[in-house]
Amino acid sequence: MSQWTPPSAIERRDLLRRTRTVAVVGASSNPARAAYFVLSYLRSSSTDFEVWPVNPKGGEILGLTVYESLDELPGTPDVVDVFRKPADLPEVAEQAVAVGAGAFWAQLGLHSDEAVEIAHDAGLDVVTNRCLKIEHARFNGGLHLAGFDTGVISSRRTRG
Amino acid sequence: MDPAQDRAWGARTRAIHAGGRPDPTTGARQVPIYQSTSFVFEDVQDAADLFALQKYGNTYTRLANPTVAALEERVASLEGGIGAVATASGQAAAHLLFTSLCQAGDHVVASAELYGGSYVLLDVTLRRLGIETTFVAADDPQAFADAIRPGRTKVVYTETISNPAGTVADLAALAIVAHEAGIPLAVDATLSTPHLCRPLEHGADLIVHSATKFLGGHGTSLGGVVVDSGAFPWDNGNFPVMTEPVATYGNLRFWDNFGEYGFCTKLRVEGLRTLGGVLSPFNAFLLLHGIETLALRMDQHVANARRVAESLQADERVSWVRYAGLPDDASYALAQRYLPHGTGAILAFGLRGGREAGEAFIEGVELASHLANVGDTRTLVIHPASTTHRQLSEDALAAAGVGPDLVRVSVGIEDVEDILFDLGQGLAAADRVAGQTSEWSGATT
Repeated sequence: MSQWTPPSAIERRDLLRRTRTVAVVGASSNPARAAYFVLSYLRSSSTDFEVWPVNPKGGEILGLTVYESLDELPGTPDVVDVFRKPADLPEVAEQAVAVGAGAFWAQLGLHSDEAVEIAHDAGLDVVTNRCLKIEHARFNGGLHLAGFDTGVISSRRTRG
Repeated sequence: MDPAQDRAWGARTRAIHAGGRPDPTTGARQVPIYQSTSFVFEDVQDAADLFALQKYGNTYTRLANPTVAALEERVASLEGGIGAVATASGQAAAHLLFTSLCQAGDHVVASAELYGGSYVLLDVTLRRLGIETTFVAADDPQAFADAIRPGRTKVVYTETISNPAGTVADLAALAIVAHEAGIPLAVDATLSTPHLCRPLEHGADLIVHSATKFLGGHGTSLGGVVVDSGAFPWDNGNFPVMTEPVATYGNLRFWDNFGEYGFCTKLRVEGLRTLGGVLSPFNAFLLLHGIETLALRMDQHVANARRVAESLQADERVSWVRYAGLPDDASYALAQRYLPHGTGAILAFGLRGGREAGEAFIEGVELASHLANVGDTRTLVIHPASTTHRQLSEDALAAAGVGPDLVRVSVGIEDVEDILFDLGQGLAAADRVAGQTSEWSGATT
């Protein structure tokens, strides 16, 4: 297996363009938590993703059913977006591989070499230490509207 | 698919394109002027999400505006920052930055050579609100270090090139001083612009611009920008404003929720939203136009300024010249390091005959405009001690390097021979005064 390298901007953009379903592992109902913020963004009109929160506590967040584990999801997630401490990432990576996820994505501030190896060796796309919300917003105009540098230079009319 | 997205586009390309994709609705190639106070929501949920910062979008122009956003992204891109927040003026940018970093009881260490408006903001307005500033010699990093009060000092502040004295900051040394204290280095880069110096590459964390000057470049529009590197570790314990819950936004924490994007987010959704010093979309449009030709203009400004500085230095009617591009200038070595493509277009000089001669010089020029601005396409002259720096005490004037005889020139991009001709007219007028003064002095001794 070739060595994993962090995906480039174009690779991250393409990954997000392919994505239709996102499982958010470690989803939180606490409005002050980043896990809540990202979930609320993903299910807002900013994206057309189907979003599946995952948390062993179950229940509902933002009107969405919370699944207790990845293998209870109603379908196969294109992206497994993870808000768990780095030591927990390898276990989540194994679960993501087991359910046939397309990509393993560890949020901003999170990375685990072991988790990367597990997911990458199984053929998943792997992103770490990046925020799914920020990356989506980077390529879809949101970051631009907030005064951030998207790095996007284009004279084409079509977005994204 | 589109390898262009990974290309490291050049600065001249980004000066024209960054932040300015074709308008998605109309296809307009130039950034449209979105002269609208407000933007309709898709529905009730959309409105709630926007106000809770759970999605990005436009609500009200005091928070964000599409034309202003294009300017913000463009300046952030040119500086190599993560993002930027534009303001009504350079002063509003400085005010936004200081009040976002500091509260009553906090402290700033700043160069004593700051532009007069910045100096008075810190020394009078913010001091009255309980934010203290210690001013230290611009060219002495150790003096900055010695003035830091652990736990209370929140920022080190200087100018890349001081206005008007022309001292070049040792940015890398000041960055070390600030970072050893766990605080950011903020730099007013107005006189250098990202074409001549990118302070973030030398360790600075935050940049303030008066975009009114060389960025806009044509003397049409006030505007300011704060740029954030996105690299400062706000969770180091010194900035509870970044790590403590924010009650007005559902107890989110800027650092925890937004990470490297947190400080710009705070500047916008807390600072700009409540202070209100927001840039008008029309001004943003004009500033964007100016930036498109930043490199062309700055190259010409610098070339003309060098010729003027050399000419003044060689003129016996001139007693001294400060321009860091001159080999015998005190800042020459630092200028070579930080401003290798030119040391800006502002120079200061004194005339034999002192203050009266300086005034006669200003009255004697025809092409150069006598006004209180810098960074126009036009050549500008002023006598700071009686105008821009008038609010400073004599001691503060001395510390700022503004003597009573100092004349400031912002060298424009007219034909340099015409600029030299015109300044020559001023020198001749000044010399007549100097001659009278010396004759008169001679008669009494």
